[in-house]
Amino acid sequence: MQCPKCHAPMHTYNRNGVQIEQCSGCRGIFLDYGELEALTRLESQWSQPAPPPAPQAYPAPPAPAWGAPHGGHHGGGHGHYGHHRHKSFGHMLFSS
Amino acid sequence: MTADALLPELAAQAAGAAHRAADRCPCTAAVLADRPDAAVVRHAGVVAKAHAPGTDPAALALRLTTAAALPGIFLPPLTPAAVPLATPIPVPRGTPARRTAPAIAPDRHHRDCRHPEQSEQPEHPEHPEHRPTPHPRLMTLWPHGTPVDPEDPDAAPWEAAAALLARLHRGPVPPALPPMRGPAKAALAVARLRATAPGRSAARPVERAWATLPAWARDEAPMPGGGALCHGDLHLGQLVRHPAPGGPWLLIDVDDLGVGVPAWDLARPAAWYACGLLPPEEWTRFLTAYRAAGGPAVPAEGDPWPALDVPARALTVQTAALAIVRATRDGRPLDEIELAVVDACDRMSGLPPELDDGLAK
Repeated sequence: MQCPKCHAPMHTYNRNGVQIEQCSGCRGIFLDYGELEALTRLESQWSQPAPPPAPQAYPAPPAPAWGAPHGGHHGGGHGHYGHHRHKSFGHMLFSS
Repeated sequence: MTADALLPELAAQAAGAAHRAADRCPCTAAVLADRPDAAVVRHAGVVAKAHAPGTDPAALALRLTTAAALPGIFLPPLTPAAVPLATPIPVPRGTPARRTAPAIAPDRHHRDCRHPEQSEQPEHPEHPEHRPTPHPRLMTLWPHGTPVDPEDPDAAPWEAAAALLARLHRGPVPPALPPMRGPAKAALAVARLRATAPGRSAARPVERAWATLPAWARDEAPMPGGGALCHGDLHLGQLVRHPAPGGPWLLIDVDDLGVGVPAWDLARPAAWYACGLLPPEEWTRFLTAYRAAGGPAVPAEGDPWPALDVPARALTVQTAALAIVRATRDGRPLDEIELAVVDACDRMSGLPPELDDGLAK
């Protein structure tokens, strides 16, 4: 197939299932019937907001197998009492 | 020496060291700690500590020498050696000696005066009319430093603590230094549990968890490995800024200092984190700073728990045992924090310790 504009040979490419003819001389592109609609459809899918990534929890540091179920490696979040100090834990922090 | 006579004696010693040139001063001595294993009194810039009855003088001397040789890591003692306090004289309670003792006030007025050892409630398990002590209590004198504010543990200097430990663990081990006393303290806590609250239901999971530990961690066999210089009883009360109030952080309390498994010094924060009490961010800050400072207790990267597991189990057992002892003494149920530690004991009792170069054997 030759380019209808500059008569250079045209090469066929397949992009995402859409056949595209491109001229090797002027780089012009020809689309067969329906291919413009196919490209438009692909473009609209591309420009849609990507689905939000799975909530990426801050990787919890490793913990032992006997660790608290909601702390460390099991839940990946704060422990039961992590958000505010319990008075008893305050005492524990300073005790032998 | 009776408890009544010990505190005034300590106060007089501290005052004497604080004001060698002055006959009298306007200061009031402050009792920073008054426990069976230690009494600590501050007077102006000097802190006097009476060590536990039965403290081995030779071992304490080696520990003092070691601390004095670690400036920038340990608070250096004011005097190179411990001195025996006055020969104990049995004094019945309520005699004039009690009423004429020098004024000693709990230090409630100066935030920076409070000492972490004060946070422990006074404990007098037995208080006979006469309590003669077979050997005099040994006393050491220290400069006063500003502790971590017990009312604001969020300001805990995790990075500084980690860096101090890393430097301590990397340091040369002085010859003849005794073992660090971490496992001995854990065993003492379990002994107190058995003596105080053997039938309490919460004691059972604690005993089962204790049984999972290797002999060395129960103080029934020597510690494995070549051994590093260890603090032996690290918690937030073992850090002070010196010179007060804004100097660098230093470690205090030489009583458990010695040679041993350095992961023991990381095991309290590790246990608090594992029990769900210490937020992961603070544990990460501590562990990251320790690794950044080249601390040898855990591998430089990867899972630190093969090295931490046994010591963290032991500290969890120790914490749970003492919590049950206190709750029994006070006639109250365990609170939710104490229950979290007992629950951790219950979970670990079904799981053998992680293996790490023989630490679990």
